[in-house]
Amino acid sequence: MTTTVHTPVAKDTDAAAGGLRRAAGGLVTGWSLIRAFTVLVYLFMFLPVAVVVLLAFNASQFGSFPMEGFSFRWFVALWNNEAIVRAFKTSLLLGALTALVSTTLGVLASLALVRYDFRGKSLITTSLIAPILVPEVVLAVALLLFLRALDMPKSFPLLLLGHVIFTLPFVVLIVQARLVAVRREYEEAAMSLGANAFHTFREVTLPLIMPAVFAGIIFAFTISFDDITGTLFWKPGGVETVPTQIFAMLRNSISPEINALGAVMVGVTVAVPLAGAAIARRMAAALK
Amino acid sequence: MASSDAEAPGLRPWILMAPALGAVTLLLAVPLCFIAVYSFWLRTAVGSEQVGFHLDNWIEVLTDPFYRDILLQTLRIAALSTLCCILLGYVPAYFIARSKTRHKALLILLLMLPFWISYIIRTMSWINILGVSGALNAFLLWLGVIGEPLQILYNEGTVILGLVHFLLPFMILNIYVSLDGIDPNLVDAARSLGSTAWQAFREITLPLSLPGLAAGSLLCFVLGAGTYITPLVLGGPTDAMFANLVFEAIITQIDWPLGSALSLALLVVLGAVVMLYTRYAGIGQLAKSFR
Repeated sequence: MTTTVHTPVAKDTDAAAGGLRRAAGGLVTGWSLIRAFTVLVYLFMFLPVAVVVLLAFNASQFGSFPMEGFSFRWFVALWNNEAIVRAFKTSLLLGALTALVSTTLGVLASLALVRYDFRGKSLITTSLIAPILVPEVVLAVALLLFLRALDMPKSFPLLLLGHVIFTLPFVVLIVQARLVAVRREYEEAAMSLGANAFHTFREVTLPLIMPAVFAGIIFAFTISFDDITGTLFWKPGGVETVPTQIFAMLRNSISPEINALGAVMVGVTVAVPLAGAAIARRMAAALK
Repeated sequence: MASSDAEAPGLRPWILMAPALGAVTLLLAVPLCFIAVYSFWLRTAVGSEQVGFHLDNWIEVLTDPFYRDILLQTLRIAALSTLCCILLGYVPAYFIARSKTRHKALLILLLMLPFWISYIIRTMSWINILGVSGALNAFLLWLGVIGEPLQILYNEGTVILGLVHFLLPFMILNIYVSLDGIDPNLVDAARSLGSTAWQAFREITLPLSLPGLAAGSLLCFVLGAGTYITPLVLGGPTDAMFANLVFEAIITQIDWPLGSALSLALLVVLGAVVMLYTRYAGIGQLAKSFR
């Protein structure tokens, strides 16, 4: 009798212990599978770019495997290639101007959207974000056609306008998010102590949202610096940015020079945000 | 116009918004109206446009099987790329959200990195891997598995591969944001009530992460369906997508009216996808990745 009572209990605990063990074992192997999968996905994301950078140092005539020693010759070749240097200057100038204009417009608009209540606010918020919802190709065609209808030829200012319009939503989103977190009391305190709206903005609000402003500048710069979809439509004949230059060079075949240019691009577009993040952190620390 | 009430904002917000709003109106809204008008014009044999109300471009775009096939091909490529992004992206997003190690910050930083690396570089990098003299062929030749290089590149598969490589960070980031917002107590509660890890995931974590999954899918689909660079770099001659038609019409053939009709068609199709999404999810989810 007693055994018949005890057996199921014993079985139960056994089963429970086994279940626990299985669960723990499952967790461990499950988690390591998840980790292994994650590592593979990250490799998928970065390995091809790493190969570009590696091949940029290939001494061989051809931009391909096998590697034939380590050399800087393709970087020297880049430096001596007038078209590429010109493209680089164009890209830097375009990126810097885009960042300046786009961030200015974005910060002003974000202030209005976060600090004031007015009719039609959600509609205006949506319309300011609209440029990222419209496919860039369509945006490119629309702007190009509009300026053509106004009899304005393709030009550098057109490129700038185009880049401003599709970087603006990113700046608005970033600055808005930060501004919501800045407490109004600081501004109200400044106002009650006699500062006018402009002073309050310059002395209180701007320093507090500076990290976001900085992030906006960097976002706008890198998006502009990288863009090819709109740029191919807008660029005047003879003007190339780095991405369109690479695209044009790809038409022939992949050369070590393209890999070297790619490596430089990766350097610029990765170094700028990292440096920016460091500066932003220092700024944030200074505020405390 | 300024109100006598000191609390009322008056004109100030409008002055602050004026430049940005002006830019969006002049550089986006008005130009979009312009392409709508242009799409009803005609291109004459001499290359100039004939003003008027002609349905010819639209009839061509809507009835020509050539355009329909490329539209379907575009939607298929975008959908397959999005699906691959979900399959490849969910697990890493889950890993980042659940890991408590110091690697977490590094993993997130690395996730942001591809956004900074040029799209054209990332796309062309696959030529170095899969090209006739790329890493894979060099490796297989060295192993002696193959006698001469394989032609792997320049087909629909490599277009999808390039798109997945470009879009995956968007997907992972969106899923991560949504997974990170889930209260871990919910899963603990489910576990303590006797559900298995898998049940807790299926019943709690997965449903709660669906908004991020949906936002990521929308971004991947719309960005994927609107590209023309990837097919040009990694596709063969028959792998054109709809945006390639637009580029062809505008830049190569200089047929503005047809190009306008084609880009409006693309806008309507992708706009319908966005509408469908906002109907169920709201646009707010998309903005979350920026916080």
